[in-house]
Amino acid sequence: MPEVQVRKKLTIVEEIFHEGGPSSSMPLRRAAALAVIHNPFAGAFVKDIAGFMDDLKPLGLEMARSLVAALGGDTTVVEGYGKGAIVGASGEIEHGALWHVPGGYAMREILGGAKAIVASTKKVGGPGTRLDVPITHINASYVRSHFDAMEVGLADAPRADEILLALVMTTGPRVHARVGGLKASEIKGEDGLR
Amino acid sequence: MKAHIRKVATFVEETNTEMGRPINPPTRRAAAVAVIENPFAGKYVEDLSELMAIGEELGELLTLRAVAALGVPATSVESYGKAAAVGENGEIEHAAAILHPKLGAPVRRVLGKGAALIPSSKKRGGMGVALDIPLGHKDAAFVRSHFDGMEVRINDAPRANEIVVAVAVADSGRPLARVGGLTKDQIKGEDGLR
Repeated sequence: MPEVQVRKKLTIVEEIFHEGGPSSSMPLRRAAALAVIHNPFAGAFVKDIAGFMDDLKPLGLEMARSLVAALGGDTTVVEGYGKGAIVGASGEIEHGALWHVPGGYAMREILGGAKAIVASTKKVGGPGTRLDVPITHINASYVRSHFDAMEVGLADAPRADEILLALVMTTGPRVHARVGGLKASEIKGEDGLR
Repeated sequence: MKAHIRKVATFVEETNTEMGRPINPPTRRAAAVAVIENPFAGKYVEDLSELMAIGEELGELLTLRAVAALGVPATSVESYGKAAAVGENGEIEHAAAILHPKLGAPVRRVLGKGAALIPSSKKRGGMGVALDIPLGHKDAAFVRSHFDGMEVRINDAPRANEIVVAVAVADSGRPLARVGGLTKDQIKGEDGLR
């Protein structure tokens, strides 16, 4: 399988103090790591692509570590996560699906065995395409306060023969979360759902 | 704090290859962006000194954040730029009040030097509007390899009564600069131009 070629990386950190309501003493932080890689399957249908998932593992781990570092270096502050991919025009949506395993398991490994499935989205698009990366609680998918999304993108990516890969981590609930549902304090933590 | 800040975001871009050529060391740049309330939204106010004071405060805060995100000593920063986007209930002069009278001095204080004009751009726009922050060498505006621009945007800002303010710094010029002109090793650094 081909080597992973990274053209550029982008790290985004948002610190949200309020959204019209009272300012929080612990502002919500959300971080995204983006990597733009060459798509080794661009331009033709390739049947056997699954081996590329193993090639992406080191990059996934590096991006997950960089997110923890961007949030201050302490994995215990991370409460939400998500992932996504944008495939350039000469690729197919299935190439984006290659990111599920290396992206998701990298974050769960770095976070010490987070239990919930990593929410994800993907699309095919041109440079400047925006992706709304979904976010859910790392240990219980049904925690309503942590349902969120972070919009990411890069003006010059993905080119036709590239894939933009994204991982997202957050430090808490939406800044003014108040629509009920399962609370983080009520997590049983057995099945990754509740 | 004079500014009412809703959120702060940082962006760090690293370019590792361009047109298949390795960029070693990679070019790196960072932007720090604040979303603040516009105290003068929806009305004409003659005296804009409150926004000028906010500009001074944000000049320091955003430069410190951008340099920290870049992860280099402040003295390693080679180029800089600034920009603002005013929400629909404000006027372009509000961006000018933040950017031009007082924002520059704390930027230069943080970086240790900065003989050159800080290149800037401004606009009025809705949420998600893209800011193209111009970049130029901090000690000699004519250094051609460092003429650049960095696009940043925040999908939920500026709301109608908000202003987005950005400071960008870079520790390098364009990835494959080769259009001649003054080079950084030729800088005299006396007049801010050459």
